[in-house]
Amino acid sequence: MTSSSGERLLDVRGLTVRFPTSDGIVQAVSDVSFALSRGETLGIVGESGSGKSVSNLAIMGLLNRARTVIGGEVEFKGRDLLTLPPDELRKVRGKEIAMVFQDPFACLHPMYRVGKQIAEAFSAHSDAGKDAAWNRAVELLDHVGIPNAKSRARDYPHQFSGGMRQRAMIAMALVHNPDILICDEPTTALDVTVQAQILELIEGVKREFDIGVILVTHDLGVVAETANSVMVMYAGRVMEYGPAAEIFREPQHPYAWGLLDSMPSIERRLDALVPIEGSPPSLLAPPAGCPFHPRCPYRFEPCPTERPPLKVPAEGAHLDACHLPYEKKVELGEQRAKKVAA
Amino acid sequence: MSDNLVELEHLTKHFDVKQGVFARGTAKVHAVEDVTLQVRRGETLGIVGESGCGKSTTARLMLRLLDVTSGTVRFDGRDISTLSQRSLRPLRREMQMVFQDPYASLNPRKSVGQIVGTPFAIHGVKDARSRVQELLERVGLSPEHYNRYPHEFSGGQRQRIGVARALALSPKLIVCDEPVSALDVSIQAQVLNLLRNLQKDFQLTYVFITHDLSVLRQIADRIAVMYLGRLVEIGDSEQIYVAPKHPYTAALLSAVPRTGTDPRQRIVLSGDVPSPIDPPQACVFHPRCPRFHRGHCDVEEPHLRELAPHQAAACHYPLERWPMSDSELRQAEGVERKDRPHLEGAARE
Repeated sequence: MTSSSGERLLDVRGLTVRFPTSDGIVQAVSDVSFALSRGETLGIVGESGSGKSVSNLAIMGLLNRARTVIGGEVEFKGRDLLTLPPDELRKVRGKEIAMVFQDPFACLHPMYRVGKQIAEAFSAHSDAGKDAAWNRAVELLDHVGIPNAKSRARDYPHQFSGGMRQRAMIAMALVHNPDILICDEPTTALDVTVQAQILELIEGVKREFDIGVILVTHDLGVVAETANSVMVMYAGRVMEYGPAAEIFREPQHPYAWGLLDSMPSIERRLDALVPIEGSPPSLLAPPAGCPFHPRCPYRFEPCPTERPPLKVPAEGAHLDACHLPYEKKVELGEQRAKKVAA
Repeated sequence: MSDNLVELEHLTKHFDVKQGVFARGTAKVHAVEDVTLQVRRGETLGIVGESGCGKSTTARLMLRLLDVTSGTVRFDGRDISTLSQRSLRPLRREMQMVFQDPYASLNPRKSVGQIVGTPFAIHGVKDARSRVQELLERVGLSPEHYNRYPHEFSGGQRQRIGVARALALSPKLIVCDEPVSALDVSIQAQVLNLLRNLQKDFQLTYVFITHDLSVLRQIADRIAVMYLGRLVEIGDSEQIYVAPKHPYTAALLSAVPRTGTDPRQRIVLSGDVPSPIDPPQACVFHPRCPRFHRGHCDVEEPHLRELAPHQAAACHYPLERWPMSDSELRQAEGVERKDRPHLEGAARE
């Protein structure tokens, strides 16, 4: 491989997605910026409706442009993917940027052989003949750990288990040695022992192919174990963004605290779980100011009116969008850590 | 009155499925195989396992929503395994269920008042309206929600409606089938806290079915681990988490991703759960087991035996301690690596 690890692959700046509907405009994603480098796994976490999947669909150009208003820039190899004409974009999608979806049952056509479907993904961006495409499919199935790949390639999807199907989807995403692999909830539909296998596979593939991985998930545990950097989203906005180790050791945003504290722990039994009160806001009319303020126990005077910008609050800290003074956050964070340790 | 509210003895359930060309052949799915366990009054028994392990089927047999193939179900001291649906009906008010999907389990055409009030209507309880409103308040909703419809509620609120419906007739037993799996994590905690509080206030007995071991640790007093229709381990919750005896329990525990920074052992099982139509011989876990001993595990079926106080597992080579490293795990006495050629290929990654 000639590519060097650490090279910047993707630069997303001010990404905004709006869906006009009969009920009003859904503000699905607002002003989201992040970057991805080679060899990096970026975890995007958030609850349902936080805009984490829509962001990635926008990057992949998979949203209907006639019905969606997309703003901002998605820079990939010096080009803005958002303004690329459809046929140019098609050359990038599935070739240089590939995607693995949540439900491997819905992603494979039930009436075609698994190998045939992977070969088809190969032929879509290559002039290679049928046999070459088939061989590539077998090679990749073997690579992602399907035993007897040569004969299993002739199976139909229903003959594969859930974990094997997800492996096949990963094989399909890898046929053209992409630069970026976007995994949208890749293990949510799988059992926990199979999940562990798939996460290991994604990690192995990342290292071996030297690519960048975006891992979208609602499971903080999955992110903590696989990601180098983490972006926490809420109501379509970035709440906190930084190196994974820092986010889990010293989370800065009250929403991140809330998420971490409400997570049931497998390590011990808690007297009472600490839920985040209330429920996420409607994206048709998100709250003014900080979108989290109606549920935030630490809100004060500017929160309901002024939107906190995403910035680094102090030296040595990472990005967050919160009005609380940094010293206050450190203090609250320490109190929290003590409570957790107790 | 016995301490046990529910007693299952050698409970077995097979489903017939059609197979082959034109569905002429039949095969049997061994959904639940020889399960014996007790649910004590006032406790929460967690049943955990991966998809297809028979945890939901066991619960449905317990409530006699399914007919048993063999074995007995005793509820409150009474054998209900062969009762007709008609004679079961009076018992139904004592056993209720909360379902996984709060979107599918509430009728969209009925108002909340009707949904929660249906049990009262069926069992001819008077003054239903005020009692429904009391229930709504008890589960953290407002009495004004009486005339609203399910689509006006969020997932967490819907699950509260489902809980209110289950509580309506003051049951003794509530079976919760993955009640928080469809909810976001911030909402999960709300519903779990609610279930805990209700248990205290109403002296409820829960059977809590889930695939999520983190959730279970927060709510269960005892835990039953199932694999391929068999009960492989059962014991006090803390025991199971701190010192699992069955290698499958250990693998499950170690596979859960966590946010803590402490290093830990991780056992990645190879392969998938085999088909319940043709389960492996003897110990059903042997093809995936890191402690597999050829000539023993694939010949003789292990039976549940007490390995520590209040903890039993069905394994010939139970774990001596926990945590242990992968290689220690593989070095159960008398087990050598050459005995497990089938695992070599899988370790390739």
